[in-house]
Amino acid sequence: MITNPMREALKPNSLPHFFCPGCGAAQVLNFFVRAMDELQIPMSSILGIGGVGCTARIPVYLKLDAMHGIHGRTLPWATGIKLMQPDLKVVIFAGDGDAAAIGGNHLIQAARRNLDVTMIVVNNLNYGMTGGQVAPTTYSTLRTTTTPYGNPEPAFDLVKLVEAAGATFVSRWSTNRPHQSVRAIKKAIQHKGFSFVEIVSQCTTGFGRKAINSASPTKLLDWIKDRSLTISEAEKLSDEDLAGKFVLGDFVDKQAPVFAGSSFLPPEEDE
Amino acid sequence: MLLRRPRVLSGTHFMLGNFAAVEGALAAGCNFFAGYPITPANEVSERMAERMPEVGGKFLQGEDELCSIYALAGAALAGAKVLTATASAGFDYMAEGIEYAISDEIPMVIMDVQRTRGENFATQADVMQMRWGAAGDHELIVLAPSSVQELFDFTIRAFNLAEKYRNPVIVMSETTIALMRERLVIPPADQIKIINRKMTQAQPGDYVPFRAEMGCVPDMAPLGKGYNTLYSINPHNEFGSIKWEPEIFERQYERITQKILMNLDDIVTTDEYQTEDAELILIAYGSETRPCKDAVDVARGQGKKVGLLKLNTVWPVPEKQILAAARKANKILAVEMNMGKYAGEIERVAGCHAEVKRVTKNLGAIHTSGEIVAAIEESLR
Repeated sequence: MITNPMREALKPNSLPHFFCPGCGAAQVLNFFVRAMDELQIPMSSILGIGGVGCTARIPVYLKLDAMHGIHGRTLPWATGIKLMQPDLKVVIFAGDGDAAAIGGNHLIQAARRNLDVTMIVVNNLNYGMTGGQVAPTTYSTLRTTTTPYGNPEPAFDLVKLVEAAGATFVSRWSTNRPHQSVRAIKKAIQHKGFSFVEIVSQCTTGFGRKAINSASPTKLLDWIKDRSLTISEAEKLSDEDLAGKFVLGDFVDKQAPVFAGSSFLPPEEDE
Repeated sequence: MLLRRPRVLSGTHFMLGNFAAVEGALAAGCNFFAGYPITPANEVSERMAERMPEVGGKFLQGEDELCSIYALAGAALAGAKVLTATASAGFDYMAEGIEYAISDEIPMVIMDVQRTRGENFATQADVMQMRWGAAGDHELIVLAPSSVQELFDFTIRAFNLAEKYRNPVIVMSETTIALMRERLVIPPADQIKIINRKMTQAQPGDYVPFRAEMGCVPDMAPLGKGYNTLYSINPHNEFGSIKWEPEIFERQYERITQKILMNLDDIVTTDEYQTEDAELILIAYGSETRPCKDAVDVARGQGKKVGLLKLNTVWPVPEKQILAAARKANKILAVEMNMGKYAGEIERVAGCHAEVKRVTKNLGAIHTSGEIVAAIEESLR
């Protein structure tokens, strides 16, 4: 029997996975495995972290050391690890609720410190695992299970948020841009410093049924595509026109000193 | 030129309790500290910020208690011996991370300098919170120092127990001792007993991360070396795989709790003072043992047969020692600085064998020996 050579990246007996049919997080699992393969980095040489949620399950399937199961605390774990093992590559998989709501303070502090980790945020615009509740990334007017009459709140732009906080690599793509997504993940893994990749993704079960009256993955992918534009296209539009749109591209790629702790001896004393 | 001090400051000192706790942690091999500012635990962070760079360790001031406790978990899995310090309200947040450390058997030491709610006065009101703050079934080891010297000694012991049993260990400090200066004797480094976690000798393919006999502790493995261990809070089998099967879940938590409960003789310690012929025994922990000891001396001077059982380990409950005290004396006074919490445990263990009375004080101040003498006199009247 022929098996897909990429199966080598997964833990034995870890399939079938628990993602719903048509879920974007499963595509991102694929993107990541492909990126690691193209970079020729052995999977088990890195550490994967997932908090709680659908996206957080991605490292559970991978053949690597992983931490999993606490909502929003992925970056604190990573901070402790990176201070003790600065050469260990750490990749975090977080949903938008995990990263921007319960873990929001950790997100801006890690970006400010330029913690040397890669964070891949699968933004499916809602809390998928718990049944499709409103998230800080849900655009206003959209219906979810906890905004049955339409979301009255504005949404976070995660790219702007982490850029303002000091992230040194920032990129946003979507599940219907697989090649660009893989390329961005590769750049992020190779980047020294806080590298942030948001991938706008379809949640058929939680988001689609309420927000667009369809659980069809292809309809959701089209819905994302219809609202996507490039950075240069976005530059011509006003903030009002950009509301509810996904601006895709690489936004930041720069170098800065990485975080190594909060206290050091004066330089002349440091051997 | 700054003077770079050694890891173990052997010698005799007149030192603040919070500083003594830091020196105990360093003597035990601590090389990672993370914390968030909170009174009356701040001196722990401040001294750690000075001392960690001196000994080649890492200091992190987290953005909150959650960052601090999870950074501890990450650093501990990356091989560090880790400490955080907080106070009552800060411990609320840390309960979440302690729950994770319990489920994945991560060694860490938490110093909780108890304070009254919203203020920094003396209290022992959190003796239950430390034990039961984290969700889910678990056992915790909580040590209760009563002096600056014991803050040093018990912190070392806390690290040794955390490493040996792969479990969070809490040092139950108090405003009384943390902010007091007292004589502290630090022994030579080679006279300090240190226990380090057991690392696996198995090759990556053969390593089973959570496999151990009942009552025993599995070996740990380094990160990023091909051991491919999943540390999930979710129910997991001995391979670390997330599984929901009732028997696997039951076995997992049976082992995690029995590794503590089957080793009580190694973990639980108490001290006894004048109990041999005592007809009334005071049972106390932490700084409250100090006025109790004075009260025993006063009562003995009056010819009363009174003794003290000092609980150095408050969790697990020293049931054997409390039971022995109850069988020896016919009256027990449960003395504590709160509205009466641990007294319930003492009543549970001792209630069938002796009359247990509660001596409580919730005024943000320690009992005076006179108050305890009065309680003794009333009880023996």
